[in-house]
Amino acid sequence: MQDFLAVLFIALGVLSLIISAIGVLRFPDFYTRLHAASIGDTLAAALILLGLAVAAGWSLVAAKLIFVLLFLFMTSPTASHALAQTAWRDGIRPEKGTGLVKSFKSKKR
Amino acid sequence: MTETAVFAVNLALLAMLLVTAVGILKLYNLFAVVMVSGMYSLLCAAFFVLMDAVDVAFTEAAVGAGLSTVLMLAALALTRPNRKDGDHKALNIPAKIVTFVVGLLLFWISMDFPGFGDPLAPVNQHLAPQFLTEGPEKTTVPNVVTVVLASYRGYDTLGETVVVFTAAVSVLCLLGVLRGNAPVRSKTTEADEEEFQEFNSQIILRVITKYLTPFILLFALYVQFHGDYGPGGGFQAGVIFAAGLILYGMVYGIDRLRDVVGQKHRVPLRLAGLGVLLYAGVGVASLMLGGNFLDYNVLAEDPRQGQHLGILLVEFGVGLTVTNVMILVFLTLAGRGYRDGVTSGPMSLSAELQDVEDLQNEKEAKPS
Repeated sequence: MQDFLAVLFIALGVLSLIISAIGVLRFPDFYTRLHAASIGDTLAAALILLGLAVAAGWSLVAAKLIFVLLFLFMTSPTASHALAQTAWRDGIRPEKGTGLVKSFKSKKR
Repeated sequence: MTETAVFAVNLALLAMLLVTAVGILKLYNLFAVVMVSGMYSLLCAAFFVLMDAVDVAFTEAAVGAGLSTVLMLAALALTRPNRKDGDHKALNIPAKIVTFVVGLLLFWISMDFPGFGDPLAPVNQHLAPQFLTEGPEKTTVPNVVTVVLASYRGYDTLGETVVVFTAAVSVLCLLGVLRGNAPVRSKTTEADEEEFQEFNSQIILRVITKYLTPFILLFALYVQFHGDYGPGGGFQAGVIFAAGLILYGMVYGIDRLRDVVGQKHRVPLRLAGLGVLLYAGVGVASLMLGGNFLDYNVLAEDPRQGQHLGILLVEFGVGLTVTNVMILVFLTLAGRGYRDGVTSGPMSLSAELQDVEDLQNEKEAKPS
């Protein structure tokens, strides 16, 4: 059961990492890319750490991993927020649909 | 199976190292170069973990990927963000040939190296077994790396600490913080009021920083005093402690950090020297008590207790120096931004906004 849970969490984490990587490559503008990247930052990292903590069982290692998880849960979204805010202040504006629509249209043709 | 896995991870890490190295060479935006070199350091740290050198990995991650990136960014803010077009042409053909030949030679030499972790390798034949078996017994410190760093190679570490101290002295001499570059209060306009609104939107950063800073400082103390039992020690702890304070300074404005460390950096200036003095003082104390310089055996009745005490004190000295040197370097680089009213540094925005906040407070105070 413990092994199963650990593998499940880590697999989900790796899956969301892959999704976030695809998102960073495929999305059209800065903000959507940041949205994809922050999935890898927060969700994937948290799932993998959770999986490792489950695999470690009730021990000091698990406690430390949980602390790392809490730390990441606070810092990663903050980092994404700071990036987005700085970009906005710097004058980068979201491409309203254009890039995304274009890339989808070119796919359909 | 595990050997293949380790080989695969090694190969992947090496490939990424190569890509980041080429990226550093090819990128034109120097901010990007700084970020990529931070990635390079992090990859190196991962390598060290694979080699079971966790103490070194810890240092590399804290210093290379963490704080030096911040210091480089602070330094970059004082210069231009892009490098010139001509910079690539500086690499002329003879230089390329020399580099290539030296690289080949190094590669050829590395073929003669014994395999990693080979028990028959010369390194693992002479002193290493003695350190590993004797070290923890003679000092009651289980972490052999700390024993080697602070006791067997105490002179070497003293030298390193002095080097860190010298770096701070050089930066101070070059950038002249001792003249006391007090912030120049600039006149506020209506445009500043808009900026004040943006300043308020930094609330998330401020709250998170407020919550995290004490934990970062606590973790630094843990790393400092747990260095005897696990990976850690003065260098890592010093950098983490400084990182906590620098984070505070970056988010809340450099003036708030100055409130913590004292105007004209009084506190770090003295503590940086005190760390080196503490280290050397332990050496002198052991001389006085009849031992050799930095021979901790004589510090207590029981030589093993003496060793433990000596290592603890020496590591604390290292931690003190590293913390305060890092804070000094950061304050010197970042504090230059608004010298003589020039507002171009990374911290100038928050400093200006601090002024706006003061103005607001004054306005609010007037009607009553």
